[in-house]
Amino acid sequence: MHRLTNIFAGRVGAGAIARTVMIPLLAVFTAIVVGSVFMLLNDYDPLAAYGGLLDGALGSKRAIARTILNSVPFVFGGLSVAFAFKGGLFNIGGEGQLFMGAVAAAWVGVAGAGLPSWLHIFISLLAGFVAGAIWGGIPGTLKAFTGAHEVITTIMFNFIGIVFAGWLVSKGGQGQKPGPLVDPDPLNIVPRTADIAESARLPLLEWGREPMHLGIVLAIVAAIVIWWLVWKTPFGFGLRMVGLNPSAARYAGVNVAGNTILTMAIAGGLAGLAGTVETLGRNYYFAPNFNVGYGFDSIAIALLGRNHPVGVVLSALLFGVMDAGSTRMQLRAHVPSEIIKVVQALILAFVAANEIIRYIYRIRREREEAAVPLSAGWGKR
Amino acid sequence: MNAQTGELALQAKGITKRFPGVLANDNVDLTLRRGEILALLGENGAGKSTLMNVVYGLYRPDEGEVFVKGRRVRLENPRDAIALGIGMVHQHFQLVPVMTVAENVILGAEVTRAGGILDQRAAAKSVGELSRQYGLEVDPTATVGELPVGTQQRVEIIKALYRHADVLILDEPTAVLTPQEAQELFRIMRDLAEQGVSIIFITHKLKEVLAVADRIMVMRAGQMVGETTPEQSTEQSLASMMVGREVLLRVEKQPASPGEPVLQVEQLVAFDERHHRVVDGVSFEVRAGEVLGIAGVQGNGQTELVEVLTGLRPAAGGGFQIDGKAFRKPTPRQVTGAGAAHIPENRQRYGMVLPYTVAENMVLNRYYRAPFTRTLVLDHRAIKSHAAALVQEFDVRTPSLDTPGGNLSGGNQQKMVVAREIGRPVRLLIAAQPTRGLDVGSIEFIHRRIVEQRDAGVAVLLVSAELDEIRLLADRIAVMYKGRILATVSAQAATREQLGLLMAGIKDKSESAGESDDADRALAAL
Amino acid sequence: MNSLVLIAVLRSTLRQSTPITLGALSGLFCERVGVINIAIEGMMLTAAYMGYMTNVWTGNLILAVIVAVLSGGLMALLHAWLSIHFKVDQIISGTVINILAVGLTGYFYQPGTVTKGKLQSVAVPVLTDIPIIGDVFFDNGPLTYAAVVLVFAVNIILFRTRWGLRMRAVGEHPRAADTLGINVFAMRYINVVIGGMLAGLGGAYLTLEAVGSFERLMTNGRGFISLAAMIFGKWTPFGGWAAALLFGAANAVQTQIQFSGDVTIPHQFIGMLPYVLTVIVLAGFVGRARPPAAIGRPYETE
Repeated sequence: MHRLTNIFAGRVGAGAIARTVMIPLLAVFTAIVVGSVFMLLNDYDPLAAYGGLLDGALGSKRAIARTILNSVPFVFGGLSVAFAFKGGLFNIGGEGQLFMGAVAAAWVGVAGAGLPSWLHIFISLLAGFVAGAIWGGIPGTLKAFTGAHEVITTIMFNFIGIVFAGWLVSKGGQGQKPGPLVDPDPLNIVPRTADIAESARLPLLEWGREPMHLGIVLAIVAAIVIWWLVWKTPFGFGLRMVGLNPSAARYAGVNVAGNTILTMAIAGGLAGLAGTVETLGRNYYFAPNFNVGYGFDSIAIALLGRNHPVGVVLSALLFGVMDAGSTRMQLRAHVPSEIIKVVQALILAFVAANEIIRYIYRIRREREEAAVPLSAGWGKR
Repeated sequence: MNAQTGELALQAKGITKRFPGVLANDNVDLTLRRGEILALLGENGAGKSTLMNVVYGLYRPDEGEVFVKGRRVRLENPRDAIALGIGMVHQHFQLVPVMTVAENVILGAEVTRAGGILDQRAAAKSVGELSRQYGLEVDPTATVGELPVGTQQRVEIIKALYRHADVLILDEPTAVLTPQEAQELFRIMRDLAEQGVSIIFITHKLKEVLAVADRIMVMRAGQMVGETTPEQSTEQSLASMMVGREVLLRVEKQPASPGEPVLQVEQLVAFDERHHRVVDGVSFEVRAGEVLGIAGVQGNGQTELVEVLTGLRPAAGGGFQIDGKAFRKPTPRQVTGAGAAHIPENRQRYGMVLPYTVAENMVLNRYYRAPFTRTLVLDHRAIKSHAAALVQEFDVRTPSLDTPGGNLSGGNQQKMVVAREIGRPVRLLIAAQPTRGLDVGSIEFIHRRIVEQRDAGVAVLLVSAELDEIRLLADRIAVMYKGRILATVSAQAATREQLGLLMAGIKDKSESAGESDDADRALAAL
Repeated sequence: MNSLVLIAVLRSTLRQSTPITLGALSGLFCERVGVINIAIEGMMLTAAYMGYMTNVWTGNLILAVIVAVLSGGLMALLHAWLSIHFKVDQIISGTVINILAVGLTGYFYQPGTVTKGKLQSVAVPVLTDIPIIGDVFFDNGPLTYAAVVLVFAVNIILFRTRWGLRMRAVGEHPRAADTLGINVFAMRYINVVIGGMLAGLGGAYLTLEAVGSFERLMTNGRGFISLAAMIFGKWTPFGGWAAALLFGAANAVQTQIQFSGDVTIPHQFIGMLPYVLTVIVLAGFVGRARPPAAIGRPYETE
């Protein structure tokens, strides 16, 4: 990771950059090859499939716009996981945090009608961030004070968050009252919130005729802020210390419990923002039926991006391409779009266990990288 | 080789073992005769443990051969060694703390009934028989983790004997024992040797070698550099052989001139993770310009005492003052802010972050202050120039300031920690096991620095399990036993024997510890 | 509550607890040798799918159970390979297995396949006639019985046999075991795979005994709940079983309340119960019991 920092400071040559990106690139390549094998098993044409994928994702201005829009929540999610990871925490709760952020933003987006647009957007974003931060912060607090490992608690909070958000917009019936945030319009038969006010919608950028909202700018700003926070501030110095050696961090006077809570809250807030920009920029309402598997995708993106903001942005774009192109792929080669999930899972497998890639391609191990020991706190206070 | 013929129990010829970047054993020969006690002497890192791990089948040598009772053998793993009658008691006990003595003894060589069901009764019986035969008293049904270290060591020896070991390797067996427990171990070793067991005794302590060994082999930097007997050698000659040059066995130091009290500890109480009262009403003071040494066998509350004083563990009762400022449950930063420096007993666990660069490690507990942080942003240039000065002053050997601290040698890692802690003006230095696992050169360096601090008017609290280190550096010595300070004595007046008895909890020949609480407190409060 | 409702709730408790019991035993085999297993969920899901498809293709339920068990073991072998051989962080490795399981079962799942029956309840003669107890305990599917028998069997294996002694030693102090000639890597590999097979049996229960068909993501967090049950049960078979019964009861009561219909609490909140309970259990009991000392650390031969 320090190598990556050095790259940005211009201190490291092209060779080092090549070594840093080689494993992720080979992981993606290998996953695509293995994905092809799965397609061949079911008698599909992989070339046609991947051709359709690229065409659907990058073949036109419209396609590129869709790809970028798809990438926005992935950037936030990847940052969320990567940031927590730097502090020695594993946030698998992205999905629940995203739901909470999305529904909170919708609530403020509806309720704040009449506010000036800049203020309305700001507090809607803030609401989404805070809702996600609470949803991440609770597992963080439990970890800090009781030792309950965040891997299980964040997963439980996914289930709880999704069900809770579902209740907020439920239609009721059979003796049950409707949820407090459900669209009061009786003509609307699906469980969802009302449309948010115009004033809460993210402004559109000029991109030909395609709707392209401000979300991508927010995502890149978030990436820069996270990079600055982790590598340039004393908070980041302490955060990374907690991740690498919590005992030494305590010795050095870092408040490890406070750090754990804050780290999980910020990570949760980032995932909350993912849901927020979807609500404010794309859907204009909240319905509890989107982004299944988002938390896991975020993990893959963070690891593929080597937990660095720049890597995360690039990986998010790759995942955006896959998502945007999968429909065209299915149309053209008749491959079920779930194959994309398989390829993404394989990418994660290969970057997480990069020893497999080294083994396949006979790449020697470089100097041991700074590994964050996630398993360290298992079952311990 | 000695012409005198005794039956050879074990022989290693031309052993070479390389690790990445290190030649741990370089063409080493070793012989062990039946029924003898052979001392294998050498500094930390000389290659003793590597050689023994080769003989025990844990490492495979790159070159060389091992002979057992004259037959050449291939040792693929410890199982082969065990089958050939080789047993090893490791420096860090290889015991499962949550299991009973009997379970630990039979593990890997279990007695079972049909279906792999353990025969616990038979196991307990054979453990009992072994302990009677060799005078190794231990209860087979006790849980190992609750036994004192001396007893745990006996379990280790029984484990080897249970596997019919007639060659016994003891790796630094006295490191965790009081002088009296060590004497008891030596008696056991002689008994075993008389019954035909051959013993290799690995150590770096010269006195022990002279006391117990029949023959001495000395290793240095991966090579066997000499062979001798206790009769032909002195501490001085062994030390020179071990280090390869003349060694000063003492540090030049003037008598202390203590000033005002800097650290005052009053009736301090602390609990460990298992809620045991491990610091039990400790009181003492350390004055400016003196070294107070805390002696004691490991695990008598010293670690927890230091943790309380450095803000890592809350005091459950009592408190302490640094320069008159009272603390009870301070944060580490408050203690540091009051002018305390802390050299932690485990440098890799607490003292540094291995992947952090040398420059970053040098500001580990001060990075958030000016000049290292300015208006919320780290000033990497200030961090580096600070580190550059310290590296120079404390002779830390590192390729660059950007090298990860984990890449340095143990001695240089410790110098880095010491540089960080005393390379700034401090009032109080708390040094816990400051030279553990280091080579003689680094030990001398760190000892000199500690004395320098004292002479500059710093109050030094030195905690060490090495009695020799305490006697070398301290002006006064407090002996800790079961969470209490049993007595505080002047370093000059105290004899080794007297300290040894205190470390064993015996204050007076007529009374044992714990029976005279008031007297204890009165003494401790001195 | 009348006795019919009571019996229904108790029966449901036992059945709901079955996959969690098996999952807890799965976690136990892995963690007792020092390997964290957060992949129970993925192993269960894969096994549920493979068992179901085998049943669809062959109509042979016994073969389907065997395939399910083996596929759970295969996923565990991958976990073992990554975390023991390559020393990948065990939590990352487990996450990889979970995501892979979701991806693979999602891709290969063929909607519209029709089940060829499921395992039927077997009433134990005589015992089933005991009032209440007979209905609750002695009229169940074969995998439900198997789970209970396995609890007792695992307890004996773990605490009374040579194998169990060595398992515990490897999980507590692998180097000590190594110096006594016990092959730490082999012990870890074998027991992790056994753990995977137990999770596989749990998956088989879902598609072959409880529901009879497969749905995407049908494990629904049971693997993670199992892990919480194991921790709550202090890494012992009976403790894990008791905790699993508690979770089963929560589920059973939840179902009962939803069916009865005259409760004003939103059903979503009742549906959260098992998940909330898991969090509470973890927050309240982690740290009280001591996990195996070597948990989470790859074994390094020096």
